[in-house]
Amino acid sequence: MAEFFQHLINGISLGSIYALIAIGYSMVYGILQLINFAHGEVVMLGAVTGFFVAPLFGRPVHPSLGLFLSVLLISMVVCSIVGLLIERIAYRPLRKSPRINCLITAIGVSLFIQYFTQLDFIFGAIPQSYPELIERQIVFSIGGLEISNLQILVLGLSFSLMGILEFIVFRTKMGKAMRAVSESPEIASLLGIPVNRVIAFTFVLGSCLAAAAGTLVATMYPKVDALMGALLGLKAFVAAVLGGIGSISGAVLGGLLMGLAEEYTVGYLSSSFRDAIAFTILILILLVRPSGLLGTSRIEKV
Amino acid sequence: MKTKKLWVVAALVLFSVGCKSKPKDENEIRIGEFGSMTGTEATFGISTHHGIELVIDEVNAKGGVNGKKLKLISLDDQGKSEEAQLAVQRMITQDKVHVILGEVASSRSLAAAPVAQRYKIPMISPSSTNPKVTEVGDYIFRVCFTDPFQGKIIAKFSAEDLKAKTAALLIDTKSDYSVGLAEFFKKTFGELGGKVIIEQNYVGGDIDFKGQLTAIKSKKPDIIVVPGYYTEAGLILKQARELGLNMPVLGGDGWDSPKLFEIAGKSANGSYISNHYSSEDKDPRVQAFVSSFKARFKEIPDGLAVMGYDAALVLVDALKRAKSLSGPDLKDAIAQTKNFPAVTGLITIDKDRNAAKPAVMLKIEDNNWKFATRVNP
Repeated sequence: MAEFFQHLINGISLGSIYALIAIGYSMVYGILQLINFAHGEVVMLGAVTGFFVAPLFGRPVHPSLGLFLSVLLISMVVCSIVGLLIERIAYRPLRKSPRINCLITAIGVSLFIQYFTQLDFIFGAIPQSYPELIERQIVFSIGGLEISNLQILVLGLSFSLMGILEFIVFRTKMGKAMRAVSESPEIASLLGIPVNRVIAFTFVLGSCLAAAAGTLVATMYPKVDALMGALLGLKAFVAAVLGGIGSISGAVLGGLLMGLAEEYTVGYLSSSFRDAIAFTILILILLVRPSGLLGTSRIEKV
Repeated sequence: MKTKKLWVVAALVLFSVGCKSKPKDENEIRIGEFGSMTGTEATFGISTHHGIELVIDEVNAKGGVNGKKLKLISLDDQGKSEEAQLAVQRMITQDKVHVILGEVASSRSLAAAPVAQRYKIPMISPSSTNPKVTEVGDYIFRVCFTDPFQGKIIAKFSAEDLKAKTAALLIDTKSDYSVGLAEFFKKTFGELGGKVIIEQNYVGGDIDFKGQLTAIKSKKPDIIVVPGYYTEAGLILKQARELGLNMPVLGGDGWDSPKLFEIAGKSANGSYISNHYSSEDKDPRVQAFVSSFKARFKEIPDGLAVMGYDAALVLVDALKRAKSLSGPDLKDAIAQTKNFPAVTGLITIDKDRNAAKPAVMLKIEDNNWKFATRVNP
């Protein structure tokens, strides 16, 4: 029984990281109908930033919550700037082009960041170990069930960030503008909503969550390399589609489902099926609900 | 404007043709080396390279071999099998190397060896332990022990020294090395009365192993064997301790990198690996090597550095004895290596082109390798 709950906890903490990343995919898609493939790379840059910034607070790194939060904040700022730049340089000039052009550009941006980061004077191709920002401790140990402070941190931080996001989208003026732009950019701009600024803001929000995800991943699994964003991004993208791309709550649900599915597959089926199972679930759900679990199907107007 | 462009193209064509047909210097011996200088196993390639460089410079400082200087041509394969194959192809056809040193990882040696065999250029692997590597053909050699031996001594050590009865295996299914080692561990451990009660898999590059480890935990094995490479092994150690798994974890020479300690931190303590040598060994040859390596690279050489060094030593010895620098003559000279005093012990190349030699078990204490015991073949 303890084993079952241990898998549950592992799965939720992995899933909430997927959820954080999936939200970024979903938000951008909701507004631009663009799959921002470079999002996984922003996650990686979040981790890379932490790798460089943490030692600046004093060597050797002294783990503390304050240090973690400062590193997190700086990573968020850096990733927001990167997100803004990606939007401004790569996507805005293509706003009126066919969707396939944007998609290819997105893949191009993703590859560019991956290989640019691998250059020796940026980060290099060698995986590095991430500094220990928070000392891991077992806080709960009941009947063979072990819960570490890091898992609680991941859960707490992910869900509070999702709460803040929920507040911004549904309770603020900017959120209202975001929702309006996602309904119809043309009408929104006729009504005086600064569409470009709203889109830029969406990228900032998504990048902040990506930075948080990157910092959490690197804290949980202390290895940073230039290609770490690729698989994480892919899985989070699947999670976003699974939950219904364009829907924030769908992304959260999809992320958690992915995390749990992976964890229970490894635990009770076979660890070799780990990645296969995620995609099998995706195919099955899309067969039954083509727009994802919580997605609403839009009727294309002619 | 157009004619100008044409001239540039013409010049480029001439230049490249010129490069190809230019005869290679006859007064040098070209040694090709390919390794993972970057990528997830970067320290393997870099350590091996340092070991090889040390020999080449020592030999060249004494005037080379039979009056000819040694020239080392190193290529990075980024830890990818397809790049390894390309690198070897390039070294043979373009750089015209006489002999090849490489790789550490068995998967990449296996990818590259058929190319060397086809062109009849001898290749010496410093530390690929999978048996299949030298089975590729009569031009492929190695100077390290093999997985059956490594798997056997880990099993022997587990059963006899650690008194383990049950074991869990966590295998990297993408790596020939990991799968091979696991297979031979299982065989010997079974023969000694032990039992592998659970087998879990992962794929190199994974970062989350909690699912596998939780499944392992429920079976309560005496030991966990992780025959993988250091990046994943480090993360596995960390997550195992976090889940409250406190039994010893054992691995092979694939763990041998300072990065293991950086990633795993304190979690690495109390684990064991089998390896090619111990830098604490009092043998004068070992100590001489350790001090000259330390003087040059400011670090204690790991097992892969010493294997790079030994591979190059064996090669230099063969070059001295070879009738000519042709592939077949060099191959015969390497095959005749007998009781050659290398740093890791006396090396004899057997009829299957493998080296018969001892191994050591090391224990991790305070993020350092401590000599535990020596096991003879």
